[in-house]
Amino acid sequence: MIEIRFHGRGGQGAVIASNILAEAAFLEGKSVSAFPYFGVERRGAPVTAYTRIDDKEIRVKSGIYEPDYVIVMDQSLIKAVDVVAGLKPGGKVIINTTKSPGDFDLGEAEVHTVDATGIAIDNRLGSKAAPIVNSAILGGFIKISGVVELDSLLKGVRSLAPVKKEENATAADQAYSKVVS
Amino acid sequence: MGMEKYKGYKDLPIMPITDTPSTVNQTGFWKTFKPIFEKDKCIKCNICWKFCPEPAITLDEEGYPVIALFHCKGCGICANECPKDAIKMVMEE
Amino acid sequence: MVKAVISGNSASAYGAKIAKAEVIAAYPITPQTSIIEKIASFVANGEFKTEFVKVESEHSAMAACVAASLTGARTYTASSSHGLLLMHEMLIWASGARTPIVMSNVNRANGPPWSVWADQHDTMAQRDTGWMQIYCESNQEVLDSILMSYKIGESPDIMIPSMIIEDAFILSHTVEPVDIPDQDAVDDFLPPFAPEKKLDPDDPHGFGSLVMPEWYMEFRYKIAESMDLARDRIREVEKDFEKRFGRSYGGLMDFYEVEDADAVLMIGGSVASTAKEVIDKMRKEGKKVGLARVRYFRPFPVDEVRWLAKKVNKIGVVDRSYCFGHGGPIAAEVYGALLPTGDRPIVKNFIAGLGGKDITPEVLERLFNKMLVTNESGTEKEIEWVDVKGHSLGVE
Repeated sequence: MIEIRFHGRGGQGAVIASNILAEAAFLEGKSVSAFPYFGVERRGAPVTAYTRIDDKEIRVKSGIYEPDYVIVMDQSLIKAVDVVAGLKPGGKVIINTTKSPGDFDLGEAEVHTVDATGIAIDNRLGSKAAPIVNSAILGGFIKISGVVELDSLLKGVRSLAPVKKEENATAADQAYSKVVS
Repeated sequence: MGMEKYKGYKDLPIMPITDTPSTVNQTGFWKTFKPIFEKDKCIKCNICWKFCPEPAITLDEEGYPVIALFHCKGCGICANECPKDAIKMVMEE
Repeated sequence: MVKAVISGNSASAYGAKIAKAEVIAAYPITPQTSIIEKIASFVANGEFKTEFVKVESEHSAMAACVAASLTGARTYTASSSHGLLLMHEMLIWASGARTPIVMSNVNRANGPPWSVWADQHDTMAQRDTGWMQIYCESNQEVLDSILMSYKIGESPDIMIPSMIIEDAFILSHTVEPVDIPDQDAVDDFLPPFAPEKKLDPDDPHGFGSLVMPEWYMEFRYKIAESMDLARDRIREVEKDFEKRFGRSYGGLMDFYEVEDADAVLMIGGSVASTAKEVIDKMRKEGKKVGLARVRYFRPFPVDEVRWLAKKVNKIGVVDRSYCFGHGGPIAAEVYGALLPTGDRPIVKNFIAGLGGKDITPEVLERLFNKMLVTNESGTEKEIEWVDVKGHSLGVE
């Protein structure tokens, strides 16, 4: 079973991102589940969401405490939240940032970065002040993790993005080839 | 509810409903005073019809109230509410 | 059939839609709101022709449902926590009037302290309202239980409303694959609601009117009789459902690996799903543990509990709520069901997961292990609160 944790802020689309990833894996015939942890449902507040992917039926309904991967949708969260808490040894983290992986000290974690914000703005997703980065960072994430094929992800994005389906798919596609490792 | 015909719980309908509408309930014999309607004073405002707690007042084709003494239990609400004193309560014989 | 990755709340909305509920009256509350939003979007898109009534409270929602059901309309609503508590009076009205309404309730803690997370206290507090209660384990079960509950509840000799229960967030907001059956197949399984009597100006009756002491008990006995009859109907309808759709859930109580078990946990709701995973792992280590999932809490699976007590010597009842004064509600039923029989397994009551405290595989494994080694016969520490910080009697 692969377990993924998303860190975002309310309004960035972390919950939909967790659903899109589940949908993409489901399209590949996998068992999936995805769920949010709701703290305070307010724009800007730290939000976590989770996705499970497995070849056999997923029966565990409790939280994820030792993820295989962590997706950080906003680099500023690293100061506010212990984003690598419980991350499995050798686990990978992808951060939405213009910085390089070497700029982050996250212990044993293997860090990758992608400028999802820039890609989201280029594709006019959300506003410049509050870009919707979820599709872009997913594109980067599947490049470093290989948990689903790019094609499946694009299908998932087109199926679940509430608006601008093609722009979201383009953002995911662009981010796939712009990851810095 | 007209329960006389039932012998036991099995005979009862599954829903707690009456066999008949409440219009068959003869509440007319409860009354001490009965309403007397004076058509000359009536302005057809229908207030008596609206306030009657039983189905005792209906309206005729012209819109005047018709009092069914079979249902009227003599509460006097119609007489109290009538703005033209067109209904008076008098002692039953 | 469409297979989609959807939340428990979406599964509820789809259930109401493919059951062709004709009247829906509801008031939003976290975490039920997305059920109502989904139904509202179905209606707005023209995909679902139903009378969608916006009301000013949950009490009004249930009042509207009762009246609509009495006109012969298939009726649905949804609520949670304090909303369900506000409905309490009308819930009793609904069962007394014999209106087979189906509602989804998202199991959420009652405040204060305020909490929006999973807990069974809201529905357990409705134990005596005369509703059937189904605690679901998966989103698929949520959808399927709505379809089955209309069929069971609307039987002319049953006429009892049903509450389909989803754990807050763990089911309500978790997406997982769900089969949405084809409309034709559902229509074939579930014919339109056709009560013997309904509100009809051409055939007037008094509904829910006064009855003198001579006949009140007789009407209440009829509810008791129908609720007892419902046990068999639940099993029959599920068999028919399985034949048509290929899925079943164990009737009133879903057993997993109990045949040779040394210890069994009894659990209602989605935690049962996690427990099945834990059982598989522990069985590989040679520990004979099993699960009795309380699917129906009303009517209570008395025969199933008695059957289980003949098979296993240790039953740990996990209650996700507490009746202040004494014990968890499921455990109380188990003790009650076993008293008239000669079987005396060790029954312990664990209070766990209140207000969304996560019941993880690790917690369940500890409870199984505790049951495997326990030799206490009930009176000593029969009730244990699990993982209460600073509480020394908690399960270590």
